[in-house]
Amino acid sequence: MPFIPHTDADVKTMLDAIGVNKIADLFDEIPPELFIDELTSVPSGLNEMELTQLIRKRAKHNKIPTCFIGAGAYEHHIPAAVWQTASRGEFMTAYTPYQAEASQGSLQLIYEFQTMMAELTGMDVANASLYDGATALAEAVLMAVRCNRKSKSKKILMPLSVHPHYRHATHNIVHTQGIELIEVPFDQTQGIINLDALTQYANDDITALVIAQPNFFGNLEHVDELTQWAHEHNILVVSVVNPTSLGLLKPPGLWGKSGADIVCGEGQPLGIPLACGGPYFGFMSCQQQYIRQMPGRIVGRTHDANGKEGFTLTLQAREQHIRRGKAKSNICTNQGLLVTAATIYLSLMGPQGLERVAAHAHANLQQLIAKVTALPDVEILFKAANFHEAVLRFKHPVKDIIKQLGKAGILAGYPLTEYYPELGECLLVCTTETKTDADLEHYVSALAQCLQKHNVNNATECVRSD
Amino acid sequence: MLIFNESSPKRHAKSQIPATLPEVTGIPQNLRRQTAPRLPEVSELQAVRHFTRLSQLNFSIDTQFYPLGSCTMKYNPRGVHALASLENFLQHHPLTPDEHSQGFLQCLYELQEILKAVTGMQGISLAPMAGAQGEFAGVAMIRAYHQARGDHERDEILVPDAAHGTNPASAVMCGYKVHEIKTGKDGDVDIDALKQALGPKTAGIMLTNPSTLGVFERRILEIADLVHKAGGLLYYDGANLNAILGKVRPGDMGFDVMHMNLHKTFATPHGGGGPGAGPVATNERLLPYLPVPIVGKNKDGYYWQGNVDCPQTIGRLSAFMGNAGILLRAHLYARMLGRKGLPRVSCYATLNANYLLARLQEVGYTAAFPKRRASHEFILTLKQEAQDYGITANDVAKRLLDFGIHAPTMYFPLLVPECLLIEPTETESKQQLDAFIDAMQAIRHEMQTNPDQLRTAPHTLPVTRLDDVKAARELDVIYNFAD
Repeated sequence: MPFIPHTDADVKTMLDAIGVNKIADLFDEIPPELFIDELTSVPSGLNEMELTQLIRKRAKHNKIPTCFIGAGAYEHHIPAAVWQTASRGEFMTAYTPYQAEASQGSLQLIYEFQTMMAELTGMDVANASLYDGATALAEAVLMAVRCNRKSKSKKILMPLSVHPHYRHATHNIVHTQGIELIEVPFDQTQGIINLDALTQYANDDITALVIAQPNFFGNLEHVDELTQWAHEHNILVVSVVNPTSLGLLKPPGLWGKSGADIVCGEGQPLGIPLACGGPYFGFMSCQQQYIRQMPGRIVGRTHDANGKEGFTLTLQAREQHIRRGKAKSNICTNQGLLVTAATIYLSLMGPQGLERVAAHAHANLQQLIAKVTALPDVEILFKAANFHEAVLRFKHPVKDIIKQLGKAGILAGYPLTEYYPELGECLLVCTTETKTDADLEHYVSALAQCLQKHNVNNATECVRSD
Repeated sequence: MLIFNESSPKRHAKSQIPATLPEVTGIPQNLRRQTAPRLPEVSELQAVRHFTRLSQLNFSIDTQFYPLGSCTMKYNPRGVHALASLENFLQHHPLTPDEHSQGFLQCLYELQEILKAVTGMQGISLAPMAGAQGEFAGVAMIRAYHQARGDHERDEILVPDAAHGTNPASAVMCGYKVHEIKTGKDGDVDIDALKQALGPKTAGIMLTNPSTLGVFERRILEIADLVHKAGGLLYYDGANLNAILGKVRPGDMGFDVMHMNLHKTFATPHGGGGPGAGPVATNERLLPYLPVPIVGKNKDGYYWQGNVDCPQTIGRLSAFMGNAGILLRAHLYARMLGRKGLPRVSCYATLNANYLLARLQEVGYTAAFPKRRASHEFILTLKQEAQDYGITANDVAKRLLDFGIHAPTMYFPLLVPECLLIEPTETESKQQLDAFIDAMQAIRHEMQTNPDQLRTAPHTLPVTRLDDVKAARELDVIYNFAD
């Protein structure tokens, strides 16, 4: 009974107080045929020492090669103070701050977080978080349908340069409500949305245009022109951004003449470890006029009965626990702990830190591109400017490159062969500020060796088949 | 004080940020940011002290008894947190090839097997990131099932009036109409109301068992039979799985699909409002529709299954693998408890709830369902106290905070007037329960002698009662830097 504190004497006193003989009697309202025997397929319990021995060994089967994969999850330096503070029991083992008076810590922190996200994205207001970047986009699409009263179509322009997992998750979440995602192709040379590809929709009723900045390929879209075009056609702009990039890039609130309408994205780069895929957090911000259509929790500042400043959950009439079937979303839990970490991270980074992190990530990528494209048979696929990711095209099968570099302790990149087979043998490669000159050299030399080996092998095979 | 008020221009945590600002050559000026965001500019100590102090304003499981009904606020083992934080798990990129990810995949695979065993289901996907997303997944699977059979008439989901608000909200998100079913006086679903509601339009029913009223639905087998005969499917909301863990299984009760809240039953931290994890489990019938990714096993080891392996899946619901780190914690917790420890959870959770119910009735409080056994939680109604002393459930909840006890869930379920939903969990000692009973007794005495003490509570917290109306009317949701 690892965490059950009862002594035999306690149990007896408690059963007497209830007026039954044994614990089993407390289950006497359950139909007897439903009870099961022992859970034979479940292993026996382990104490903490035994579990530690088992899991330490097992963790070694989880390798951590030098990571050049991004594709929606990014390795960054995380100050020790972030998780040492966020892991305090008072943050980690509290629940949703329904009892505001007993949750002022979490509530004030969320208020600070909302402010930081509004600042970063250049928007008026922000919420307390959503599950992750992909679901944040799904919620942003649903929100856009509620916000755009001029549009009846529920049609969303979804560029193919948006992360494929985001597109799929969004489709899976919104399609049951009659919302249609229209795929918009990207320019094959530039790797960004071509404004000309949008003009065919100029006379259609379109609810919203999704713009990812940077897009899935790491390329920078012409956000001003796209936003202007959308607004001229009564189309709302839903922006998906990488928060680190906003240290360098124009915030969505300033895109075009009047800015994006709804902004969302993946918060993981802000102090959240890669952790095999989660937990991360989604964020969302918007213009003031849309706040009542925003899903998820929102914290507001108010006064207590003595006029002292305090914080509380507000606009709860949008939420499922009040509105049930008429709620703006079914979301209940959000990602409070991750928001705690991100707020501490942003406080430690400050405006200068975030700019430098973004600039180093960008500079490292330029360095890597220069080095690898000097190798024979490697080219950078797209011409557009990029942030900290780029698509490399090879003449060799990328699965071999991934395997060979894996042996050299390197995650070579994310292969595009599954979602973009038409692009050929491509890898999406990422650098952040964590990559040293030596890491970049290692990548280039391992790649050079792999390509050379491949050429020799191919040559031998040709000779053999002759 | 807000962190922004501690800020000074050009101050920063020097050892945390890169020493230089490299020249940015590759980004056109029109795409660049022109004004720096007004993030805090503080030292490392300022940040640590600010957030440590904020943490001290919170109630939490580590510091207070937290009998929040339907939330299962049990102890979150520190050892589990430490092991899930091993470097090889934390620094592992989600898109790492399977061959480098065997340690993590094995843990998830084992968790899938353990959860199948305790739910009596045949298939599972760990992907949903919270209970509400698990509900969405389950209802979307029900929808996919009916559509695959060409059964397009079924556009209605039945939901008891006692259900969590997420149930109807999730059904609506899946494109269904919601039909509410009344609860009978004894706390069970009104079978006649159910019979009337069932028909060719019924896609399914969403039930929590034990229900949010803290009682076991005694006629569950009959309900399952009725729904299945009408061509509908049964969805089990696993919010209250802690009440039956390892003893009775939703799969055996006749449920077709369900989610569980690992942050409740499997002791993962609630984190001040998330992250959760809401895996969805199903019987044979809905197996092909489970969301991806799922962990599979073959002769080469463990691997991710996606759309190719599961062509009829409702698809992916997140960017990567749900809340992976929470799944890992749930796995570690389940391995610590093992086959004998899991059923003890429900035994002692139920013992604690029934003990509190018995003693609180002795002290003078009224049970909402006095003739019923409590499950792992129970409801008190303060309707009489409201009449006699002008005291509300909210007043009692707020006064409990002064006793260093987190308030129970209040005003939920909506159908019991002035209610408190109390869930002690199995990890609380008899001493702690007795302290709670003493506090409730003292509060009862105050109702009669000094009711204003309750009406103006709390008195000892960082703030007294907050003005929610002002918060909503004069919205102030981000800091005004001009202040």
